[in-house]
Amino acid sequence: MSERASPSAGAVEWLARRAEAFVLPLAALIVGLLAFSVFLLFLGKSPLQLFELMWRGGFGSWFSVQNTLSRAAPLLLSALCVALPARLGLVVIGGEGAIVLGGVAAAAAGYALSGAPAFVGIVAMGLASMAAGALWIGAVGALRHYRAVNETISSLLMAYIAIALMNHFVEGPLRDPASLNKPSTHPIDPAFAIGDIPGMDVHWGLVVGIVACVISSILIEKTSWGFAARIAGGNVRAAQVQGLAVGPLIVGFCALAGGFAGLAGMIEVAAVQGNANASIAAGYGYTGILVAFLARHNPLAIIPVALLLGGIDASGGLLQRRMGLPDATVQVLQGMIFLVILFSETFYGRFKAFNPDLWQRRR
Amino acid sequence: MSGQGLSAVGVEAVGMTMRFGGFTALEDVTVRVPAGSFHALLGENGAGKSTLVKCMMGFYRPTSGQMLVEDREATIDSPRDAASFGLGMVYQHFTLVPSLTGAENLVISREKVPAVIDWRRERKDLATFMETMPFRLPLDVPVRELAAGEKQKLEIVKQLYLGRRFLVLDEPTSVLTPGEAEEVLGIVRGMTEAARLTVLMISHKFPEITAFADDFTVLRKGRLTGSGKVADHDRKAMAAMMIGDQPIATLDQRKPVAPDAAPVLEVKGVKAPDRSGLKSIEIADLTIRSGEIVGIAGISGNGQKEFFEILAGQRPPETGAIAVKSKAYGASRRESRALNVRYIPEEPLRNACAPRMTVAENMAFRTFDLDSEGRPARWISAGAIRRFAADLVARFKVKTASLASPIQSLSGGNVQRAVLARELTGRVDLLIVANPCFGLDFSAVAEIRARIMKARNEGAAVLLISEDLDELLELSDRILVMSDGALVYETPIATASVQTIGEHMAGHH
Repeated sequence: MSERASPSAGAVEWLARRAEAFVLPLAALIVGLLAFSVFLLFLGKSPLQLFELMWRGGFGSWFSVQNTLSRAAPLLLSALCVALPARLGLVVIGGEGAIVLGGVAAAAAGYALSGAPAFVGIVAMGLASMAAGALWIGAVGALRHYRAVNETISSLLMAYIAIALMNHFVEGPLRDPASLNKPSTHPIDPAFAIGDIPGMDVHWGLVVGIVACVISSILIEKTSWGFAARIAGGNVRAAQVQGLAVGPLIVGFCALAGGFAGLAGMIEVAAVQGNANASIAAGYGYTGILVAFLARHNPLAIIPVALLLGGIDASGGLLQRRMGLPDATVQVLQGMIFLVILFSETFYGRFKAFNPDLWQRRR
Repeated sequence: MSGQGLSAVGVEAVGMTMRFGGFTALEDVTVRVPAGSFHALLGENGAGKSTLVKCMMGFYRPTSGQMLVEDREATIDSPRDAASFGLGMVYQHFTLVPSLTGAENLVISREKVPAVIDWRRERKDLATFMETMPFRLPLDVPVRELAAGEKQKLEIVKQLYLGRRFLVLDEPTSVLTPGEAEEVLGIVRGMTEAARLTVLMISHKFPEITAFADDFTVLRKGRLTGSGKVADHDRKAMAAMMIGDQPIATLDQRKPVAPDAAPVLEVKGVKAPDRSGLKSIEIADLTIRSGEIVGIAGISGNGQKEFFEILAGQRPPETGAIAVKSKAYGASRRESRALNVRYIPEEPLRNACAPRMTVAENMAFRTFDLDSEGRPARWISAGAIRRFAADLVARFKVKTASLASPIQSLSGGNVQRAVLARELTGRVDLLIVANPCFGLDFSAVAEIRARIMKARNEGAAVLLISEDLDELLELSDRILVMSDGALVYETPIATASVQTIGEHMAGHH
């Protein structure tokens, strides 16, 4: 046990241990953008113009910032659906399924409770959406722990089932006969609509998402459940020898993750669409995967990353109009960043600068 | 291409020494294997057998030492060099591609495979080659459909097909049934007698050594402790060379076990499937009393891991009862906490720690959900975890750069010290330990054994599962031998004889 010479050395060590999780994803993001620039050069477009437009479209004006914030709101919740199971060592990529089912459940609850006080209606919609999402992703966790079914595959396949179920409900039992061109459920009571944050053109979903991230962070870092989950995620054998109930931890964390994704669906319905229809399967569940990986499954880091990705998303229209790039451009960019992020995983622990244990040779 | 017409080569390793940093794995070991002989290499785990054959086969470059092939100096710097001298190795686990047929496996293993394979010609060549073998093998079915014995024969055929005339067999029968083992070794023995092959076989099963080998060499802690003709030595003599026959050291602080000491762990009629699911583990009756260490000896893979898992609640038994202090015990966190049961699994970094979590966090695994008065707590305090760990690190002399270091950055001995610190604080009534000193240096070993003895003297019942007989003899009050999933022999330490224990371990009796 070597004592540190001065408090500042301790601070440097503290900083170094935490810097890795910040510097490496940032570097990966930059490499991803550079790779995308090469792609643009082949198309004969200017990368500089792209970055300039991205800035303007995402963050350049109050209008674009509000657009970005609106798009970030569902990403916060859908990223939690990836990050929470990831702390237990599970790679769940089917948050989209929980979002659409949450949306359908919220729309059904909102229609059924028409005329009830607004507070009751909104809370009921939220609970219904969380229950639907929790059931869906909780089942993924249960299949993994009790039946050894790969959670990545099952969550993806269950997302397809969820989307098919949504289509069934929206076009069948829950369809509003008045929705002719675009099959939708009955609209929810307008009193249950979630409004905007005062002074902004951004709905309250953003606040819900941020609160969910903070709660998740407290759960993981400050409670004994979170600590137990980190043990199980770090080494399931060690958790079992300690007698920890690994099964309930996995199912519980997956269910909470699914509940947050379901809530994202409810917010889509209550703040944006007013009813549930195919538009709620907008791909937030998939972008959420990228957000969670960039944030290294740290719930607090999800907040800035979701804003960044929301900004890139918001600039899509501008890129399309000004540069004549196809609609899918933003998805290509996201895909490239995701690939680089996955490659960057191999660099963790390789750099001496981030590893104070290598600073002095011990005997 | 085939090995037809080639005859066995003699191989000699002279003065082999291998150091890894400050650790000497092998010291001045000389082994002579004349052409056409069947030589057995014996030793306990960690005795240096694998290090020796890896040096011989060019996987390691020995610190010093010389290889002779057919009495001529041979420079073997890589497995490829070894192959060019006709030296080959058959591993403990199969290296065949399961989805390919035997013929395909043989052809693709050649060093030079043509870009387009003329299968008709290859089949004809293989048929001619197989004519020279003393047994038949189905070469046209996928390897995964072969029985274990057939796979092992195919591994040996592969080496002959590749032109090897000296083979190292690394515990070749560990995955075979006794019948298969006898058949495979009989075939190998026949080939050595026909002077087609020279064999060096790593083993610790005495029956197969006495039945098939001509000569033997024994290693212990990296040194040569004996060699000679199998015919001139009995099993007891070989076991003594392998295990060492120094007097049993009793730690002087050992307190006598009270005659009326209360039973702490009682296992009755417990039965559970093993890893493979083919065999079962059956513990008929085991009682451990307060203040005694009961050692379980046995060769790796005879059910010790599964027994530990049963006791730790990771492998639910099919039948039987486990009781701790006369209460039915299912190894939940609540039960193990209420009854003061602690576990120290083998390979602590793999089985008792989360490698990327910090030293402080790892040391809190047992107590993070309790407050300072020992009541269940829902909130954890990073400060309390750090202070708790700082105290334990000081008391158990864990060497770590910082409490915030990931525990995987610590040396093996310090990881084990950290785990002991976590598990041995507070009152311990039952301690279940598996191979606590495996792979650790001498000072850590001595200290860890002293800690276990101290826990015993303070009244804990200790179950010590170990593959190291020296350790069992040093610590145990009673020794039981586990073989083939059952406890087959029991002796109090006073009458313990390494020879008898070794013979029971080796499946004799």
